[in-house]
Amino acid sequence: MSSRDQILSRVKANKPPQVKLPDVAVFEQGEDGAAEKFTEILNAIGGGVYYVDDYQELLSILRDNYPDHGRIYSPIPDVKALTDCVAIEGSSGHQFADVEWAVIKGHFGVAENGAIWITGDLMEYRSLPFICQRLAIIIKQNDILPTMHDAYRRIGDSTYSYGAFIAGPSKTADIEQSLVLGAHGPKGMAVFIMKDDSVYS
Amino acid sequence: MNVTGKDHAQLAGAFNKDTQRVNWHDETLWWIRAKRDKAVHGLPEWEALRETASKIKHNVLANLDTYLQQFEVNAMGNGVTVHWAADAAEHNRIVHQLLTKKRITRMVKSKSMLTEECGLNEYLAEHGIEVIDSDLGERIVQLAKEPPSHIVLPCIHKKKEEIGDLFHEHLGTPAGNADPQFLTNTARHHLREVFLTRKAALTGVNFAVAETGEIVVCTNEGNADMGAHLADIHIASMGIEKLIPQRKHLGVFLRILTRSATGQPITTYSSHFKSPQPGKEMHIILVDNGRSTQLGREEFRNSLKCIRCGACMNTCPVYRRSGGHSYHNAIAGPIGSILAPNLNMERYADLPFASTLCGSCSNVCPVKIDIHDQLYKWRQVLVKAGYTPKTKTAAMKIMSTTLASPTAYRLAGKAGRMVIKYAPFAVNNALNPWYKQRDMPEAPKQSFREWYNDNRKKKN
Repeated sequence: MSSRDQILSRVKANKPPQVKLPDVAVFEQGEDGAAEKFTEILNAIGGGVYYVDDYQELLSILRDNYPDHGRIYSPIPDVKALTDCVAIEGSSGHQFADVEWAVIKGHFGVAENGAIWITGDLMEYRSLPFICQRLAIIIKQNDILPTMHDAYRRIGDSTYSYGAFIAGPSKTADIEQSLVLGAHGPKGMAVFIMKDDSVYS
Repeated sequence: MNVTGKDHAQLAGAFNKDTQRVNWHDETLWWIRAKRDKAVHGLPEWEALRETASKIKHNVLANLDTYLQQFEVNAMGNGVTVHWAADAAEHNRIVHQLLTKKRITRMVKSKSMLTEECGLNEYLAEHGIEVIDSDLGERIVQLAKEPPSHIVLPCIHKKKEEIGDLFHEHLGTPAGNADPQFLTNTARHHLREVFLTRKAALTGVNFAVAETGEIVVCTNEGNADMGAHLADIHIASMGIEKLIPQRKHLGVFLRILTRSATGQPITTYSSHFKSPQPGKEMHIILVDNGRSTQLGREEFRNSLKCIRCGACMNTCPVYRRSGGHSYHNAIAGPIGSILAPNLNMERYADLPFASTLCGSCSNVCPVKIDIHDQLYKWRQVLVKAGYTPKTKTAAMKIMSTTLASPTAYRLAGKAGRMVIKYAPFAVNNALNPWYKQRDMPEAPKQSFREWYNDNRKKKN
């Protein structure tokens, strides 16, 4: 008998009696307008929140607040047009290790924990939001949900090959519980909330 | 792994020699427990979430065979190769074969307690494959040639000065520099170089969704993602109990996991791996290694609900004062003490006794495992099976005879009071384990019975 069949038959023989699954929809809060809470939590975990009108304003905030910036890379065509950084055709994700800012779109934010849901199709390369030195994510003003239950309701049965909730910069407290931002991934994270949905194309 | 052959009490005795360090260890973990309290008190629905999480996990255990098959079908449909390992040895062989097939001799690994349980690093080293642990805490204990002492905080037992010395020796930092910011930054450069050059990455799994075939990995550092996205082959190792039925159940588990672990609202990264990147490979190894046996032990099967948050360790008065290494098992603390005897009763017979049965572990457990009840039940199983020290069994038998006979009880009481009063050196010495770090009490002049006879009976 293969290990697979062995394991399955032992599990089948040893499993406890049937129990019904509990309802998780009761935890959904459903209401909008959680932007204030989102900002408060994201600030607490080391991220910044900016309200902007368009991509131009976003880029000038990056340049003004972080004057010694290096390369800015974005898979968003409108942002790409405003920066001079291009990806090498057909290469892997390794090339972004020295990108100072990666600018990508997110689907929505979650107020209770400051996380943003992003799927592979918005990243161009899966490594991009992790390997860059700093990460900027754009979401629409109305796309902030109260809890993780609301988040999974929104995600539903959508298909993606890869997706991640990202909440703030990469961090560690492994050395005597001293919090250090920038463990392996981004040292900083900025969330840009687009005031006008129509600009977000 | 118990390389010394010493039991929990002996190993804890060694840890307890440095009182200042014990106090520091104790306070650090209690501080994390306090952060957990603050985070969970912020959610009015916390108790309902625990109850729901526990019920979902119960449903998982009741349907584990069907969920495993459903997961396998869906994962294969996503382009993932699924492997099954009956035990640690088979798991290690599968990893080795996958690497050999690709002629890979260097691998980067993110946190996986399962690979600690299986002894994967040692096995691969014997076969000429270098593994670098990328979680900062795990990298630190790897450099120190020690196992992790905590499942969430692998080097919680290490002082920053010791880490500074390790980095000086292995990573060339200036001697005497123990600044956490500086040391972390050094590790960042060292490990980024590793991520950029390794063609294989192994990660653990926090949750696997039967409905979709996807796996979820949670980290704060981003090391699982750095490794998996940059490598050609991603291997994910998971115990079969990591399954959850549907994607929407992640909402419950991601809310309770990190709040219980460190008091954060969520980890920085909660990554959902569903399909491999174009041109790359993704493998999932489903590992049993005793779990299906534990499933059949009615009184202990609830331990399989564990989501590895570490809350029971942070709150445990014994763990905090004895350190993770004293448990000589990949998973320390209260939960480790109920999981380990399932793997080997003889070797881990001491662990269920490393507890005061205060019940704090059960109170903080986010999936409501009856940890302290199980510790108590394991003690009974282990004594019956003859795995506990003979001297203890003999002492217990004497005590039970004494307590069962009023005459013997009175005589023993009198003898005890006499000894403490007239020959205190007979008990106040190193041969008496009760004297260790305690003073023996002063002997009362008479027993309650004698006092009652003098004061009440006579008057009536």
